[in-house]
Amino acid sequence: MTKIRFETHRCKGCGLCVLFCPRKNLRLSDSLNEQGLSYPEEIDPDGCTGCGLCFRMCPDTAIEVQSPKKDNQDKQ
Amino acid sequence: MAVFKRTPILKDQLTHYCPGCGHGIAHRLVAEVIDELGIRERTIGTAPVGCAVLLYNYFNCDVIECAHGRSPAVATGIKRVQPDKIVFTYQGDGDLAAIGTAETIHAANRGENITVIFVNNAIYGMTGGQMAPTTMLGQVTTTTQHGRGGQGEGPPIKVCELLSTLGGVCYLERTAVSTPKDVMNAKRAIKKAFQNQIDGKGFSLVEVLSMCPTDWKLSPAQSVDFVNEKMKPVFPLGVYKDQ
Ligand SMILES: Cc1ncc(C[n+]2csc(CCOP(=O)(O)OP(=O)(O)O)c2C)c(N)n1
Ligand code: SF4
Ligand code: SF4
Repeated sequence: MTKIRFETHRCKGCGLCVLFCPRKNLRLSDSLNEQGLSYPEEIDPDGCTGCGLCFRMCPDTAIEVQSPKKDNQDKQ
Repeated sequence: MAVFKRTPILKDQLTHYCPGCGHGIAHRLVAEVIDELGIRERTIGTAPVGCAVLLYNYFNCDVIECAHGRSPAVATGIKRVQPDKIVFTYQGDGDLAAIGTAETIHAANRGENITVIFVNNAIYGMTGGQMAPTTMLGQVTTTTQHGRGGQGEGPPIKVCELLSTLGGVCYLERTAVSTPKDVMNAKRAIKKAFQNQIDGKGFSLVEVLSMCPTDWKLSPAQSVDFVNEKMKPVFPLGVYKDQ
């Protein structure tokens, strides 16, 4: 199972994950975190492919993705 | 199992960077490279003056704060006294290409065996968006209110191109953090720049084109477009030297 976890307290609401998700499966929340900012949430809980693009673009390491499908392609 | 999560060398600490700032991505890449190479215990970083001035709060390795632009000189000293250490500088464009021009050029020309991470956001971020040496022609900043180029400011300095003429330089590559593909490529380049130092090859610099939404007065989404559409044509990505 692909699992995506948001450390919402770290999020500054920049929205780069939303912008770059190839499945368009993320949106910014209506509710606010401790900093008073929106944070990402999944639209379809089964829609994430675990590609990790949101993690790669997040400037605040607020996203963790676990996917059984692929090796971590960031390791070179 | 693919796992994408914060690498141990990055502290579990919120950064002071603005939303969408490229410094956070650049930090992650440097941290992952250090962890993957297993060199954390012998790595010493230098923090610049500029928005990354608090870098030592975010990295779980030794970091020394340098006077504005003097990182390559400080790194030279550390590396020469302790050649077994892995020494990197992390510098903005004002730090590296304005006040620190002399240190940069001479450390490069001497072929100091250090790794330089050069974050180019074409502006002075920390001080509120003044013109940097890398500000592009026509770019509006608080000190070029009609766009750079009108009043004797000269064209932007292209650091990789400039340093590529120096004999001591081992490796120069310009990368970006404005698309996932660029981010992966930037990490590959940073890893190579650290590996070069481990292999004793000499001066390696990776330039990272990076977003500054606050001082560009753009949204984070508009800022990645700015890097991709405005900066990349002026600062072409690629390898400028590899020896
Ligand atoms: C000796 C000295 N001169 C000037 C300054 C003011 N100052 C602080 S940061 C900065 C420029 C920062 O720009 P850059 O290096 O591009 O980094 P960024 O903030 O964009 O990441 C300047 C001029 C200073 N702190 N010290
Ligand atoms: S891992 Fe990929 S598919 Fe899943 S939310 Fe992130 S960007 Fe979208
Ligand atoms: S001013 Fe620019 S470079 Fe500095 S933290 Fe904000 S977005 Fe980043």
